[in-house]
Amino acid sequence: MSARSHNVLPRERSVNFQTAATRLVAVGSKRVADENKRNLWISHVRRIRDDADKAAFADLYAHFAPRVKGFLINSGADGSMAEECAQEVMATLWHKAHLFDPSRASVTTWIFTIARNRKIDILRKQRRPEPEDLTWGPEEEPDQTDVLALQQETEILSKALTTLPAAQRELIEQAYFGDLSHSEIAKKTGLPLGTIKSRIRLALERLRKTMR
Amino acid sequence: MNEIMSTDINHHLTDEILMGYSAGTLPEAFNLMVATHVSLCDACRAQLAACDAVGGVLLDEHDIPNTQMQPDSFAATMAMIEQSAPITKTPAAKKPCVLPTPLQDYIGGDLSEVKWRPIGMGVKQAILPTSKQASARLLMIPAGAAMPDHGHHGLEMTMVLQGAFQDDDGYFARGDVDIADSDLEHTPMADIHEDCICLAVSDAPLRFKGILPRIMQSFIRI
Repeated sequence: MSARSHNVLPRERSVNFQTAATRLVAVGSKRVADENKRNLWISHVRRIRDDADKAAFADLYAHFAPRVKGFLINSGADGSMAEECAQEVMATLWHKAHLFDPSRASVTTWIFTIARNRKIDILRKQRRPEPEDLTWGPEEEPDQTDVLALQQETEILSKALTTLPAAQRELIEQAYFGDLSHSEIAKKTGLPLGTIKSRIRLALERLRKTMR
Repeated sequence: MNEIMSTDINHHLTDEILMGYSAGTLPEAFNLMVATHVSLCDACRAQLAACDAVGGVLLDEHDIPNTQMQPDSFAATMAMIEQSAPITKTPAAKKPCVLPTPLQDYIGGDLSEVKWRPIGMGVKQAILPTSKQASARLLMIPAGAAMPDHGHHGLEMTMVLQGAFQDDDGYFARGDVDIADSDLEHTPMADIHEDCICLAVSDAPLRFKGILPRIMQSFIRI
């Protein structure tokens, strides 16, 4: 793939983001730090795509590989299987870097979907039907405005999740990371199925309202 | 766009189902329903993306004090990358089809490739190979005909792919999903203009009310 003339974030700027992020964490401004971290992840994926940049990959690896591994262990994989799958997920990230579109998903969300897919392949051993992809125009760089809008929404969502009441937050975490269906959650928590479902719905509604 | 894109879908998937797809906890047949519906429905595609974003945020904030990669992990991954081939984009379907791509993957083609089996009263079905926790099948209800009266043990979702049907919950056309749980007894009736073709998924067998359908049920696996 030829070098791109209009990268979302050129390399020099991403370094600035990193130093800015470090400084702002120090003064306790988590929000701006998170935002800069997201920009940094995007520029890392770009650098993997354009320059096969191992340093950028190593940075992503240090942050995400243990998280993916933890996610897989919580989903029922044993340590060595989770280790191997997390490596595969990160290798997929490398190979799919050219398919990543920051106007459609954050890097974190993208990695989550790769890990989720690997989980289904390995743990559930079933075929994995996926929706048709929309035709977005071949190989076009996404609109920077869309990229920023998506990052802002992710930010709001992240904040909304942290302000959820503990019980609701816990349910959502179990639904995503415990490999439990709603009825299995019911068994585990002793809550009737209807209560679980309405609580999850309530939590999602709250999330959506916060995002409006 | 390859699909005859429905802009007026009125009956959507629930948030729980979309979240289950996002979390990767649904049985295969339900995932097939989600993938098929989302192929046609932009609203649910967006909602699914929101669910994925929730997963992303949770992954990012995941507490990982006890999870560390092996010391040689990064080197092993780099070796893996050098050995494997780059991944290219999966091609989108080319021409307008009745069956969205995820369904075609199970059929091996569009509608003409479906191996229908008659199940009585003019209704035909084709069972799709999925994991056992839930079943998926295509149903063909002749124009103007009724499906046998039936209730449900578990959760059943029926999505229209061609034609339309009417039941107690309303009118369902291409892309619409009718969701029925154990409480509902219903009699879907196909629109008179066209044979109605649906994808139906269920996590329990349907139970029919009449004695004849019940006997049939024992050997036709509906």
